[in-house]
Amino acid sequence: MDPNIKFIQGNEVCVEAALYAGLNFFAGYPITPSTEIAEHLAQKLPEQGGKFIQMEDEIASMAAIIGASLTGKKVMTATSGPGFSLMQEALGYAIMTEIPCVIVNVMRGGPSTGLPTSVGQGDVMQARWGTHGDHGIIALTASNHQDVFSITIDAFNLAETYRTPVILLFDEVVGHMREKLVVPEPGEIPIVERLRTSVKGGVDYHPYLPREDGRLPMSDFGGVHRYNVTGLYHDMWGFPSNNPSVVQGLHRHLNDKITNNVNQISRYKEYYLEDAECILISYGSAARSALHVVQERRPRGEKLGLLELQTLWPFPYQMIKEKCENAKSIAVVELNAGQVLRAVKRAVNDPEKVFLANRIDGVFITPVDIRNMLRFVQGRGA
Amino acid sequence: MMNNPTQPDLIHPGHVACPGCGAAIAMKLALRVMGPKTMVVIPACCWGVIAGPYPQSSLKVPVLQTAFATAGAAAGGLRAALDMRGDAETVVMAWAGDGGTFDIGLQSLSGAVERNDNILYVCYDNEAYMNTGVQRSSSTPYGTRTTTTPGSGWKRSRKKNIVEILAAHRIAYAATASIAFPEDMMRKFEKARQMNRGSRFLHVYATCPTGWGIASDKSIHIARLAVQCNMFPLYEVENGMAYTLNYQGKEAVGAYLKAQRRFRHLSKDDIGHVQAMVDEDWDLLMQKVSR
Repeated sequence: MDPNIKFIQGNEVCVEAALYAGLNFFAGYPITPSTEIAEHLAQKLPEQGGKFIQMEDEIASMAAIIGASLTGKKVMTATSGPGFSLMQEALGYAIMTEIPCVIVNVMRGGPSTGLPTSVGQGDVMQARWGTHGDHGIIALTASNHQDVFSITIDAFNLAETYRTPVILLFDEVVGHMREKLVVPEPGEIPIVERLRTSVKGGVDYHPYLPREDGRLPMSDFGGVHRYNVTGLYHDMWGFPSNNPSVVQGLHRHLNDKITNNVNQISRYKEYYLEDAECILISYGSAARSALHVVQERRPRGEKLGLLELQTLWPFPYQMIKEKCENAKSIAVVELNAGQVLRAVKRAVNDPEKVFLANRIDGVFITPVDIRNMLRFVQGRGA
Repeated sequence: MMNNPTQPDLIHPGHVACPGCGAAIAMKLALRVMGPKTMVVIPACCWGVIAGPYPQSSLKVPVLQTAFATAGAAAGGLRAALDMRGDAETVVMAWAGDGGTFDIGLQSLSGAVERNDNILYVCYDNEAYMNTGVQRSSSTPYGTRTTTTPGSGWKRSRKKNIVEILAAHRIAYAATASIAFPEDMMRKFEKARQMNRGSRFLHVYATCPTGWGIASDKSIHIARLAVQCNMFPLYEVENGMAYTLNYQGKEAVGAYLKAQRRFRHLSKDDIGHVQAMVDEDWDLLMQKVSR
């Protein structure tokens, strides 16, 4: 059999893709349903000359990958709800200090300990606003193994491009499900390497002075340049500052570098949208059931379409507005009480035509669940 | 044995622990001593599952299942509020695994015992994260294979000495106990219960047949070997100063290590290295005992 064809769990796909993208440092802490990511990397990273460290908790995991990234490594950690909560302070630190890193959150039912072994998608807003203060953030997701592979690589590429943490919001179904993966040949998917400064040693280096294109060339910490890194507002040398213009400039930069590039960051897939009267919007594992409904109902003449979001943050408001312009109704299919629903309502011209098709009971949403809800929307009763 | 036959066990049969679970045995014995006026605080750990769903919710005392990192703090909060209510009789017993004690919960535990909160903190130690499928903790001994210390990457660092950390806080009472020595263990629980002042800490050795790769009927046997070879010495420390040894082990570590799949890969040299570490720790303990 072709050695590039694998039949594995989604969590293992994430590992394969991270290594493909150049991951060489992982720090983490066991938590269901993400533990397989740590377990496979504990085996594979040392074999490839990389470093795996099991930390004492998720605060430590996040802090360790930040330090390792600053010194020049491609880094990742993996967790689930409770651990993601503990990571929030250091996540904000990585945003403020503009340190590339990838955080995998294999979502389970929450809040708190919630449903450790069951599926949920309740951390969408936490990914956006979990850490305090205004900030931009990138959060990606995927519904099948081939997409988990490519979106994980995207996460590393975007982290390097925008010098920011990128969150991979997978869920328990995608993480534990087994299906086919075809591993691309090396070079088949482009990899973004770290942009390093060309400033020589001994020359005044400004670690926090963006280029004209907004990108910020890095110098490996502890290398030729001595510089300061702080979670305080800081000037172009990285030294603390409460000068109002410096503060406002950095605040703007941290937000604008993400929101001004929505189109570059946005990834989505569309099915039968051209003439769709009813559009399903979904993401992650829930999009699998949504796609099944669309593919099953189309041959029967129902003008159903699916917009599968892969970039959740920054939210693609404009794209959704345009795609949904001619739809009579829109159903957001997700495993929470309506977190993306609210964002979609803000995006479209007529929020009254947006409905929710969800499950919040730890059970995976089925095509039947979605069809029952659609009947209700279409006025055909439950 | 200090076993009151008129006192029914405060743990229901039919709980969901694995067969031979040392942690379940430890709880059964502990509650026989502690009695019904006990509140149990459990962070994320195997016992979070064992104390599980109705009708298998196995404890007959109030249980507060708290967040992973918070057993010490949650117990301290309960105690303070019971005091405000004038309830001095109820004992608050935190019951955490090694991950929730040695790793993520250490800060919370240290905070509680530094404040000398009037709680009994029990760590049932199965020497890895068993609830998530056997990942190493800082309680995992040198030489162990786990899913995050696999193959030739077996754990090369020492097991953290948690009792010494607690003794360094100068709490009234810190002791080790083993399910293979139930009279000794129940005596220690009784001592800790009667003190009912300040922080007390018990480090209970709890065999894990599933994670260690032993037959479930060998649970007590392995626990006994651990004490007999001084891998897990039984001793008490009062006020961080007065050390009392409860058992003099005389065996070598080889039989203990060879009986478990988690150590099966160790060479003769590796076993010699483990023996040297055990001897070193034992000498240090003897210095403190004879001081």
